[in-house]
Amino acid sequence: MDIIKKISDYLQKGDDEKVFELTQQAIAQNIPPDEILNNGLIKGMDVIGDQFRNHEIFLPEVLLAARAMHAGMDQLNPLLSKAGIESKGKIIIGTVQGDLHDIGKRLVCIMLKGAGFEVIDLGTDVPAENFVEVAEKENAPVIGMSALLTTTMPAMKQVINMIKEKKLQNTIKTIVGGAPLSKQSAVEIGADAYGFDAANAVIRVKELIGVS
Amino acid sequence: MKPFLERLQTKEILVADGAMGSFLFQRGLKSGESPESINLKDPNVLVEIATLYFNAGADIVQTNSFGGSPLKLSHYGLEEKTEEINQTAAQCVRQVVGDKGYVSGSCGPTGQMLKPLGVIETDEMREGFQRQIKGLIEGGVDIICVETMTDLNEAKLAVQAAKSLAPDMPVMATMTFDPTPRGFFTVMGISISQAVQGLTEAGADILGSNCGNGLEKMIQIAREFRKFTKLPLIIQSNAGKPEMKEGKLVYPEDPSFFEKRVKDLAQAGVSIIGGCCGTTPEHIQAIRKAVDSL
Repeated sequence: MDIIKKISDYLQKGDDEKVFELTQQAIAQNIPPDEILNNGLIKGMDVIGDQFRNHEIFLPEVLLAARAMHAGMDQLNPLLSKAGIESKGKIIIGTVQGDLHDIGKRLVCIMLKGAGFEVIDLGTDVPAENFVEVAEKENAPVIGMSALLTTTMPAMKQVINMIKEKKLQNTIKTIVGGAPLSKQSAVEIGADAYGFDAANAVIRVKELIGVS
Repeated sequence: MKPFLERLQTKEILVADGAMGSFLFQRGLKSGESPESINLKDPNVLVEIATLYFNAGADIVQTNSFGGSPLKLSHYGLEEKTEEINQTAAQCVRQVVGDKGYVSGSCGPTGQMLKPLGVIETDEMREGFQRQIKGLIEGGVDIICVETMTDLNEAKLAVQAAKSLAPDMPVMATMTFDPTPRGFFTVMGISISQAVQGLTEAGADILGSNCGNGLEKMIQIAREFRKFTKLPLIIQSNAGKPEMKEGKLVYPEDPSFFEKRVKDLAQAGVSIIGGCCGTTPEHIQAIRKAVDSL
């Protein structure tokens, strides 16, 4: 079997050691790093994303696949930047102030990375000004905000208001997600997009910055 | 007052309480603070909330200790206070219900994942639950309630921790399920039949579900549980999925919505009915009324 397909298959099985090994072999065989990334790692994560969205697999399988993806990515990253291959875009992401929930946001990070985006994860309990400052500094076109507690939804609005006050709404788009949110509540707080799950968030981010 | 498990055998339906968090915020808890920090700063608030639910007709009143495991409290630098936080939580409810109601010690997820998905060892998680539950028992709870679990291994560790400290203390164990085309699963991929098997093996006396996607789904979940177990069932449902309206969070299912569906829960074989996020003393009052007229 072709080594790139093997990378995708073992990634789907969550076998990080095997993905590490195969990525090393693929690099040694002079396969271009972007081919390993796009047709191996990203393709594998796409399948995982689809299976998760269809409830065929659950969080543990996704987390193990993500670990395998990182095992491959860590080796590819230096080669990709040397080859001048750019990411699809930079996304700033975090769980809003007052909320410590990590899992949903982690999933979105995984899916975005798997789709070829560069992700800066600010962690949980992130103050509004941090989101905006980092997005400005990094020239990131999108801020993603997560919340699980119903009480922390107003913190999302704070970030959106701050972007408007600084007149950045044309350069920085916002996407929100998390259990208490709905499309309607996202509109209500003025977000540019709502991701109802991690896989859907990737689709919405692509729409926001116009990449496929 | 009859011992809890004996009472359940009489086929009587018992009423549990509703949401806690919204009250804590109304009474001074700030966004970003541990909800359990109130136990140290202002335990009178716990007495006040327990009184509201007890007066609304709850037979079972829960302690403010959902995030009272040292693993969870460590996020706020409060792990050293584990014992005090849990003892106080139990004492405040006991003070309200006396010997006229049951005190249920809440035990929620640690927010951490066990290896290999996370970094936590099984022993560390078990010992953490033991510290929390020891505090609850010393504070005088009648029941331990392991709730809102999605990882079966974590739920089992909590149940086992309770049983290792007090083999005769009734343990309720509830998990949170989402509907999928293949039936109900937790986000970690646990089905209802797997939950029944695992939690029963761990020693839980009462099984069920809490939080979730509204009461209609909970009725289906209860029926599914009933297919796999003869143990008493508990359902504590959210008041639906919240929506933002004019900057405020609104839960769609009101007390009369709950009142009308108590009969369905009873027919599904549920022994304990209460609320979760978005429910109020008015919801509990409505459940009480419906239970009394069954």
